Amino acid sequence: MTDADKKPEDQSEISDVELSRRLNKLDAKLGAERKVRVEKKRKEEAPPPQGLAQAFRLSTEFVAGVVVGGGIGYGIDWLAGTAPWGMILFLLLGFAAAVLNVMRSAGLVAESNMRLVRDDVEQSPASKPPEKDK
Amino acid sequence: MANDPISQFNVNRLLPMEVGGYDVSFTNSALFMTLTVALSAGYLIFTTSGRGLIPGRLQSISEMAYEFIANLLRESAGNEGMKFFPLVFSLFVFILVANFFGMMPYFFTVTAHIIITFALAMLVISTVVIYGFWRNGLGFLKLFVPSGVPGVLVPLIVLIEVLSFLSRPLSLSVRLFANMLAGHITLKVFTGFVISLAGAEVLGVFGYIAAILPFVFAIALTALEFLVAFLQAYVFAILTCMYLNDAIHPSH
Repeated sequence: MTDADKKPEDQSEISDVELSRRLNKLDAKLGAERKVRVEKKRKEEAPPPQGLAQAFRLSTEFVAGVVVGGGIGYGIDWLAGTAPWGMILFLLLGFAAAVLNVMRSAGLVAESNMRLVRDDVEQSPASKPPEKDK
Repeated sequence: MANDPISQFNVNRLLPMEVGGYDVSFTNSALFMTLTVALSAGYLIFTTSGRGLIPGRLQSISEMAYEFIANLLRESAGNEGMKFFPLVFSLFVFILVANFFGMMPYFFTVTAHIIITFALAMLVISTVVIYGFWRNGLGFLKLFVPSGVPGVLVPLIVLIEVLSFLSRPLSLSVRLFANMLAGHITLKVFTGFVISLAGAEVLGVFGYIAAILPFVFAIALTALEFLVAFLQAYVFAILTCMYLNDAIHPSH
Protein backbone atom coordinates (compact mmCIF):
# COMPACT_ATOMS: atom_id res chain seq x y z
CA MET A 1 0.00 0.00 0.00
CA THR A 2 2.84 2.36 0.81
CA ASP A 3 4.26 1.91 -2.67
CA ALA A 4 1.00 2.83 -4.27
CA ASP A 5 0.75 5.92 -2.12
CA LYS A 6 4.21 7.06 -3.02
CA LYS A 7 3.90 6.69 -6.77
CA PRO A 8 1.83 9.76 -7.67
CA GLU A 9 4.31 11.96 -5.82
CA ASP A 10 7.20 10.45 -7.73
CA GLN A 11 5.53 11.03 -11.04
CA SER A 12 4.91 14.68 -10.44
CA GLU A 13 8.61 15.49 -10.18
CA ILE A 14 9.85 13.00 -12.75
CA SER A 15 13.16 13.83 -14.39
CA ASP A 16 14.01 13.51 -18.06
CA VAL A 17 16.56 10.83 -17.31
CA GLU A 18 14.05 8.82 -15.39
CA LEU A 19 11.50 9.26 -18.16
CA SER A 20 13.82 8.06 -20.88
CA ARG A 21 14.91 5.15 -18.68
CA ARG A 22 11.29 4.11 -18.35
CA LEU A 23 10.71 4.57 -22.05
CA ASN A 24 13.66 2.35 -22.82
CA LYS A 25 12.36 -0.27 -20.44
CA LEU A 26 8.93 -0.15 -22.04
CA ASP A 27 10.52 -0.34 -25.48
CA ALA A 28 12.51 -3.42 -24.54
CA LYS A 29 9.43 -5.02 -23.02
CA LEU A 30 7.32 -4.26 -26.09
CA GLY A 31 10.07 -5.54 -28.37
CA ALA A 32 10.22 -8.87 -26.55
CA GLU A 33 6.44 -9.09 -26.48
CA ARG A 34 6.20 -8.32 -30.19
CA LYS A 35 8.75 -10.98 -31.07
CA VAL A 36 6.76 -13.60 -29.23
CA ARG A 37 3.53 -12.41 -30.77
CA VAL A 38 4.84 -12.38 -34.32
CA GLU A 39 6.32 -15.83 -33.85
CA LYS A 40 3.04 -17.14 -32.45
CA LYS A 41 0.97 -15.58 -35.19
CA ARG A 42 3.19 -17.04 -37.86
CA LYS A 43 2.55 -20.49 -36.50
CA GLU A 44 -1.16 -20.01 -35.98
CA GLU A 45 -2.35 -18.50 -39.21
CA ALA A 46 -0.88 -17.38 -42.47
CA PRO A 47 -1.95 -13.95 -43.78
CA PRO A 48 -5.51 -14.24 -45.14
CA PRO A 49 -5.48 -14.66 -48.93
CA GLN A 50 -2.26 -16.64 -49.21
CA GLY A 51 -3.58 -19.30 -51.58
CA LEU A 52 -4.94 -17.00 -54.26
CA ALA A 53 -1.97 -14.68 -53.88
CA GLN A 54 0.35 -17.57 -54.54
CA ALA A 55 -1.63 -18.63 -57.59
CA PHE A 56 -1.19 -15.16 -59.07
CA ARG A 57 2.51 -15.29 -58.38
CA LEU A 58 3.15 -18.66 -59.98
CA SER A 59 1.43 -17.79 -63.24
CA THR A 60 3.64 -14.85 -64.08
CA GLU A 61 6.92 -16.14 -62.65
CA PHE A 62 7.12 -18.75 -65.37
CA VAL A 63 6.29 -16.48 -68.30
CA ALA A 64 8.70 -13.83 -67.08
CA GLY A 65 11.60 -16.28 -66.91
CA VAL A 66 11.11 -17.53 -70.46
CA VAL A 67 10.55 -14.03 -71.86
CA VAL A 68 13.63 -12.59 -70.19
CA GLY A 69 15.75 -15.55 -71.35
CA GLY A 70 14.51 -15.26 -74.91
CA GLY A 71 14.94 -11.49 -74.86
CA ILE A 72 18.53 -11.67 -73.68
CA GLY A 73 19.33 -14.35 -76.27
CA TYR A 74 17.79 -12.21 -78.98
CA GLY A 75 19.80 -9.22 -77.80
CA ILE A 76 23.04 -11.17 -77.86
CA ASP A 77 22.29 -12.41 -81.37
CA TRP A 78 21.54 -8.88 -82.48
CA LEU A 79 24.80 -7.57 -81.04
CA ALA A 80 27.11 -10.43 -81.95
CA GLY A 81 25.40 -11.68 -85.08
CA THR A 82 25.31 -15.25 -83.83
CA ALA A 83 21.68 -15.88 -84.75
CA PRO A 84 20.00 -18.17 -83.94
CA TRP A 85 22.29 -19.80 -81.39
CA GLY A 86 22.12 -17.17 -78.65
CA MET A 87 18.36 -17.22 -78.70
CA ILE A 88 18.18 -21.01 -78.63
CA LEU A 89 20.63 -21.25 -75.74
CA PHE A 90 19.14 -18.47 -73.68
CA LEU A 91 15.57 -19.54 -74.31
CA LEU A 92 16.47 -22.90 -72.78
CA LEU A 93 18.31 -21.24 -69.91
CA GLY A 94 15.35 -18.92 -69.44
CA PHE A 95 13.11 -21.95 -69.29
CA ALA A 96 15.30 -23.41 -66.57
CA ALA A 97 15.23 -20.11 -64.70
CA ALA A 98 11.45 -20.01 -65.07
CA VAL A 99 11.07 -23.47 -63.60
CA LEU A 100 13.35 -22.40 -60.76
CA ASN A 101 11.23 -19.30 -60.21
CA VAL A 102 8.05 -21.32 -60.03
CA MET A 103 9.51 -23.97 -57.73
CA ARG A 104 10.79 -21.23 -55.47
CA SER A 105 7.50 -19.40 -55.34
CA ALA A 106 5.81 -22.67 -54.52
CA GLY A 107 8.30 -23.23 -51.73
CA LEU A 108 9.50 -26.51 -53.22
CA VAL A 109 13.07 -25.30 -53.55
CA ALA A 110 14.56 -23.61 -50.52
CA GLU A 111 15.46 -20.13 -51.68
CA SER A 112 18.34 -20.33 -49.30
CA ASN A 113 18.70 -20.55 -45.58
CA MET A 114 18.57 -16.84 -45.15
CA ARG A 115 14.86 -16.79 -45.86
CA LEU A 116 14.42 -18.50 -42.54
CA VAL A 117 16.56 -15.98 -40.72
CA ARG A 118 14.38 -13.92 -38.47
CA ASP A 119 15.35 -10.80 -36.63
CA ASP A 120 19.04 -10.73 -35.93
CA VAL A 121 19.92 -14.40 -35.87
CA GLU A 122 22.49 -14.62 -38.61
CA GLN A 123 22.29 -18.14 -40.00
CA SER A 124 20.10 -21.11 -39.35
CA PRO A 125 21.03 -24.74 -39.91
CA ALA A 126 20.78 -25.95 -43.48
CA SER A 127 18.66 -28.91 -42.51
CA LYS A 128 15.64 -26.77 -41.64
CA PRO A 129 12.79 -27.30 -44.14
CA PRO A 130 11.54 -24.31 -46.12
CA GLU A 131 8.44 -23.21 -44.27
CA LYS A 132 8.28 -19.74 -45.71
CA ASP A 133 5.32 -20.05 -48.04
CA LYS A 134 3.12 -22.24 -45.94
CA MET B 1 -18.15 6.87 -73.01
CA ALA B 2 -17.34 4.41 -75.73
CA ASN B 3 -18.73 0.92 -75.44
CA ASP B 4 -15.66 -1.09 -76.41
CA PRO B 5 -13.70 -2.62 -73.56
CA ILE B 6 -10.33 -1.08 -74.46
CA SER B 7 -11.06 2.62 -74.67
CA GLN B 8 -11.24 2.88 -70.87
CA PHE B 9 -7.44 2.59 -70.88
CA ASN B 10 -6.87 5.48 -73.28
CA VAL B 11 -4.51 8.11 -71.98
CA ASN B 12 -5.83 11.56 -72.84
CA ARG B 13 -4.03 14.85 -72.57
CA LEU B 14 -5.84 17.14 -70.17
CA LEU B 15 -3.26 19.93 -70.13
CA PRO B 16 -1.01 19.68 -73.19
CA MET B 17 2.56 20.66 -72.31
CA GLU B 18 5.89 20.24 -73.99
CA VAL B 19 9.35 20.64 -72.50
CA GLY B 20 12.41 20.42 -74.72
CA GLY B 21 10.65 18.45 -77.42
CA TYR B 22 9.24 15.93 -74.93
CA ASP B 23 5.55 15.56 -74.36
CA VAL B 24 5.00 16.11 -70.65
CA SER B 25 1.27 16.76 -70.82
CA PHE B 26 -0.83 16.39 -67.72
CA THR B 27 -2.90 13.35 -68.68
CA ASN B 28 -5.82 11.58 -67.08
CA SER B 29 -3.27 9.02 -65.89
CA ALA B 30 -1.29 11.76 -64.17
CA LEU B 31 -4.50 13.15 -62.73
CA PHE B 32 -5.41 9.85 -61.12
CA MET B 33 -1.90 9.29 -59.83
CA THR B 34 -2.08 12.72 -58.23
CA LEU B 35 -5.50 11.91 -56.78
CA THR B 36 -4.18 8.60 -55.46
CA VAL B 37 -1.27 10.24 -53.70
CA ALA B 38 -3.42 13.10 -52.44
CA LEU B 39 -6.10 10.80 -51.07
CA SER B 40 -3.75 8.33 -49.38
CA ALA B 41 -1.44 10.97 -47.93
CA GLY B 42 -4.35 13.18 -46.94
CA TYR B 43 -6.20 10.32 -45.30
CA LEU B 44 -3.21 9.11 -43.33
CA ILE B 45 -2.25 12.59 -42.18
CA PHE B 46 -5.82 13.53 -41.30
CA THR B 47 -6.68 10.35 -39.42
CA THR B 48 -3.46 10.17 -37.43
CA SER B 49 -3.31 13.86 -36.58
CA GLY B 50 -5.56 13.32 -33.56
CA ARG B 51 -3.07 10.82 -32.12
CA GLY B 52 -5.80 9.26 -30.02
CA LEU B 53 -4.49 6.70 -27.56
CA ILE B 54 -7.69 4.79 -28.20
CA PRO B 55 -8.06 5.04 -31.97
CA GLY B 56 -11.34 5.91 -33.57
CA ARG B 57 -12.62 4.06 -36.62
CA LEU B 58 -10.67 6.11 -39.15
CA GLN B 59 -7.47 6.06 -37.14
CA SER B 60 -7.86 2.30 -36.74
CA ILE B 61 -7.71 1.84 -40.49
CA SER B 62 -4.46 3.78 -40.70
CA GLU B 63 -3.02 1.82 -37.81
CA MET B 64 -4.11 -1.48 -39.31
CA ALA B 65 -2.40 -0.59 -42.57
CA TYR B 66 0.75 0.29 -40.65
CA GLU B 67 0.67 -2.91 -38.59
CA PHE B 68 -0.07 -5.03 -41.65
CA ILE B 69 2.94 -3.81 -43.61
CA ALA B 70 5.20 -3.63 -40.56
CA ASN B 71 4.50 -7.27 -39.70
CA LEU B 72 4.90 -8.33 -43.31
CA LEU B 73 8.26 -6.64 -43.58
CA ARG B 74 9.47 -7.83 -40.19
CA GLU B 75 8.50 -11.40 -40.97
CA SER B 76 10.16 -11.59 -44.36
CA ALA B 77 13.16 -9.30 -44.00
CA GLY B 78 13.78 -9.23 -40.26
CA ASN B 79 14.14 -6.15 -38.07
CA GLU B 80 16.86 -4.79 -40.31
CA GLY B 81 14.38 -4.56 -43.15
CA MET B 82 12.34 -2.02 -41.19
CA LYS B 83 14.47 0.79 -42.60
CA PHE B 84 12.68 0.13 -45.89
CA PHE B 85 9.29 0.49 -44.26
CA PRO B 86 8.56 3.87 -45.89
CA LEU B 87 9.25 2.40 -49.34
CA VAL B 88 7.14 -0.72 -48.89
CA PHE B 89 4.31 1.13 -47.18
CA SER B 90 4.17 3.82 -49.87
CA LEU B 91 4.18 1.22 -52.63
CA PHE B 92 1.46 -0.81 -50.96
CA VAL B 93 -0.80 2.16 -50.29
CA PHE B 94 -0.24 3.66 -53.73
CA ILE B 95 -1.09 0.43 -55.53
CA LEU B 96 -4.02 -0.34 -53.24
CA VAL B 97 -5.60 3.08 -53.60
CA ALA B 98 -4.91 3.21 -57.35
CA ASN B 99 -6.52 -0.22 -57.77
CA PHE B 100 -9.56 0.78 -55.77
CA PHE B 101 -9.83 4.03 -57.70
CA GLY B 102 -9.93 1.89 -60.81
CA MET B 103 -13.02 0.13 -59.47
CA MET B 104 -15.05 3.34 -59.54
CA PRO B 105 -17.13 3.75 -62.70
CA TYR B 106 -15.59 6.23 -65.18
CA PHE B 107 -12.33 6.30 -63.22
CA PHE B 108 -9.02 5.63 -64.87
CA THR B 109 -7.01 2.61 -63.71
CA VAL B 110 -3.44 3.77 -63.32
CA THR B 111 -2.07 0.31 -62.55
CA ALA B 112 -3.49 -1.19 -65.76
CA HIS B 113 -0.61 0.36 -67.68
CA ILE B 114 2.58 -1.62 -67.83
CA ILE B 115 4.79 1.44 -67.90
CA ILE B 116 3.50 2.44 -64.45
CA THR B 117 3.88 -0.99 -62.90
CA PHE B 118 7.25 -1.49 -64.57
CA ALA B 119 8.47 1.80 -63.14
CA LEU B 120 7.34 0.67 -59.68
CA ALA B 121 9.04 -2.71 -60.13
CA MET B 122 12.27 -1.09 -61.33
CA LEU B 123 12.16 1.16 -58.28
CA VAL B 124 12.10 -1.94 -56.08
CA ILE B 125 14.75 -3.84 -58.00
CA SER B 126 17.15 -0.90 -58.25
CA THR B 127 16.75 -0.36 -54.51
CA VAL B 128 17.63 -4.01 -53.96
CA VAL B 129 20.66 -3.90 -56.28
CA ILE B 130 22.03 -0.56 -55.05
CA TYR B 131 21.49 -1.30 -51.37
CA GLY B 132 22.76 -4.86 -51.82
CA PHE B 133 26.06 -3.71 -53.31
CA TRP B 134 26.35 -0.80 -50.89
CA ARG B 135 25.86 -3.00 -47.84
CA ASN B 136 27.58 -6.23 -48.90
CA GLY B 137 30.01 -5.03 -51.54
CA LEU B 138 30.80 -7.80 -53.98
CA GLY B 139 29.43 -10.26 -51.42
CA PHE B 140 26.05 -9.41 -52.90
CA LEU B 141 27.02 -11.57 -55.89
CA LYS B 142 26.87 -14.59 -53.58
CA LEU B 143 23.14 -14.32 -54.17
CA PHE B 144 23.77 -16.01 -57.50
CA VAL B 145 25.86 -18.88 -56.17
CA PRO B 146 23.79 -21.40 -54.21
CA SER B 147 25.68 -23.40 -51.64
CA GLY B 148 26.36 -27.09 -52.13
CA VAL B 149 26.52 -27.04 -55.93
CA PRO B 150 29.19 -29.25 -57.54
CA GLY B 151 31.98 -27.16 -59.11
CA VAL B 152 31.26 -28.20 -62.69
CA LEU B 153 27.71 -26.96 -62.52
CA VAL B 154 28.49 -23.57 -60.98
CA PRO B 155 28.72 -21.56 -64.25
CA LEU B 156 25.44 -22.99 -65.50
CA ILE B 157 23.65 -22.46 -62.19
CA VAL B 158 24.97 -18.92 -61.92
CA LEU B 159 23.66 -18.15 -65.40
CA ILE B 160 20.26 -19.56 -64.51
CA GLU B 161 20.20 -17.68 -61.20
CA VAL B 162 21.09 -14.42 -62.97
CA LEU B 163 18.29 -14.95 -65.48
CA SER B 164 15.93 -15.73 -62.63
CA PHE B 165 16.94 -12.50 -60.93
CA LEU B 166 16.53 -10.50 -64.13
CA SER B 167 13.04 -11.88 -64.65
CA ARG B 168 11.89 -10.42 -61.32
CA PRO B 169 11.09 -6.88 -62.43
CA LEU B 170 9.20 -8.30 -65.38
CA SER B 171 7.15 -10.77 -63.37
CA LEU B 172 6.50 -8.16 -60.70
CA SER B 173 5.19 -5.59 -63.17
CA VAL B 174 3.40 -7.96 -65.55
CA ARG B 175 1.48 -9.59 -62.71
CA LEU B 176 -0.03 -6.36 -61.46
CA PHE B 177 -0.63 -4.89 -64.91
CA ALA B 178 -2.12 -8.05 -66.43
CA ASN B 179 -4.47 -8.64 -63.52
CA MET B 180 -5.83 -5.13 -63.57
CA LEU B 181 -6.08 -5.00 -67.37
CA ALA B 182 -7.74 -8.39 -67.74
CA GLY B 183 -10.10 -7.77 -64.85
CA HIS B 184 -11.33 -4.46 -66.19
CA ILE B 185 -11.74 -5.79 -69.72
CA THR B 186 -13.74 -8.78 -68.49
CA LEU B 187 -15.94 -6.54 -66.41
CA LYS B 188 -16.59 -4.24 -69.33
CA VAL B 189 -17.33 -7.13 -71.68
CA PHE B 190 -19.87 -8.68 -69.33
CA THR B 191 -21.61 -5.43 -68.59
CA GLY B 192 -21.58 -4.79 -72.35
CA PHE B 193 -23.52 -8.05 -72.81
CA VAL B 194 -26.20 -6.80 -70.47
CA ILE B 195 -26.74 -3.67 -72.54
CA SER B 196 -26.58 -5.48 -75.88
CA LEU B 197 -29.02 -8.22 -74.85
CA ALA B 198 -31.50 -5.94 -73.15
CA GLY B 199 -31.34 -3.48 -76.01
CA ALA B 200 -31.72 -6.01 -78.83
CA GLU B 201 -35.08 -5.35 -80.48
CA VAL B 202 -35.26 -8.80 -82.09
CA LEU B 203 -35.31 -10.48 -78.71
CA GLY B 204 -37.87 -8.20 -77.13
CA VAL B 205 -38.71 -9.21 -73.59
CA PHE B 206 -36.56 -12.31 -73.86
CA GLY B 207 -33.58 -10.02 -74.18
CA TYR B 208 -34.22 -8.72 -70.70
CA ILE B 209 -34.49 -12.24 -69.32
CA ALA B 210 -31.31 -13.30 -71.09
CA ALA B 211 -29.53 -10.21 -69.77
CA ILE B 212 -29.94 -11.45 -66.20
CA LEU B 213 -27.17 -14.01 -66.56
CA PRO B 214 -24.34 -11.64 -67.59
CA PHE B 215 -25.67 -9.16 -65.05
CA VAL B 216 -25.21 -11.69 -62.25
CA PHE B 217 -21.76 -12.48 -63.60
CA ALA B 218 -20.87 -8.80 -63.64
CA ILE B 219 -21.85 -8.49 -59.98
CA ALA B 220 -19.77 -11.50 -59.04
CA LEU B 221 -16.84 -10.22 -61.09
CA THR B 222 -17.03 -6.85 -59.38
CA ALA B 223 -16.64 -8.56 -56.02
CA LEU B 224 -13.75 -10.59 -57.39
CA GLU B 225 -12.12 -7.48 -58.78
CA PHE B 226 -12.21 -5.82 -55.37
CA LEU B 227 -10.48 -8.87 -53.95
CA VAL B 228 -7.92 -8.81 -56.76
CA ALA B 229 -7.32 -5.10 -56.21
CA PHE B 230 -6.31 -5.77 -52.62
CA LEU B 231 -4.51 -8.99 -53.41
CA GLN B 232 -2.28 -7.49 -56.07
CA ALA B 233 -1.20 -4.71 -53.74
CA TYR B 234 -0.50 -7.34 -51.10
CA VAL B 235 1.48 -9.54 -53.50
CA PHE B 236 3.51 -6.57 -54.69
CA ALA B 237 4.30 -5.62 -51.11
CA ILE B 238 5.24 -9.13 -49.98
CA LEU B 239 7.50 -9.69 -52.99
CA THR B 240 9.15 -6.33 -52.37
CA CYS B 241 9.84 -7.49 -48.82
CA MET B 242 11.32 -10.76 -50.04
CA TYR B 243 13.56 -9.06 -52.59
CA LEU B 244 14.73 -6.58 -49.97
CA ASN B 245 15.57 -9.56 -47.80
CA ASP B 246 17.89 -10.75 -50.57
CA ALA B 247 19.67 -7.41 -50.47
CA ILE B 248 20.09 -7.62 -46.71
CA HIS B 249 21.07 -11.29 -46.44
CA PRO B 250 22.51 -12.33 -49.82
CA SER B 251 24.49 -15.33 -48.55
CA HIS B 252 23.24 -18.65 -49.79
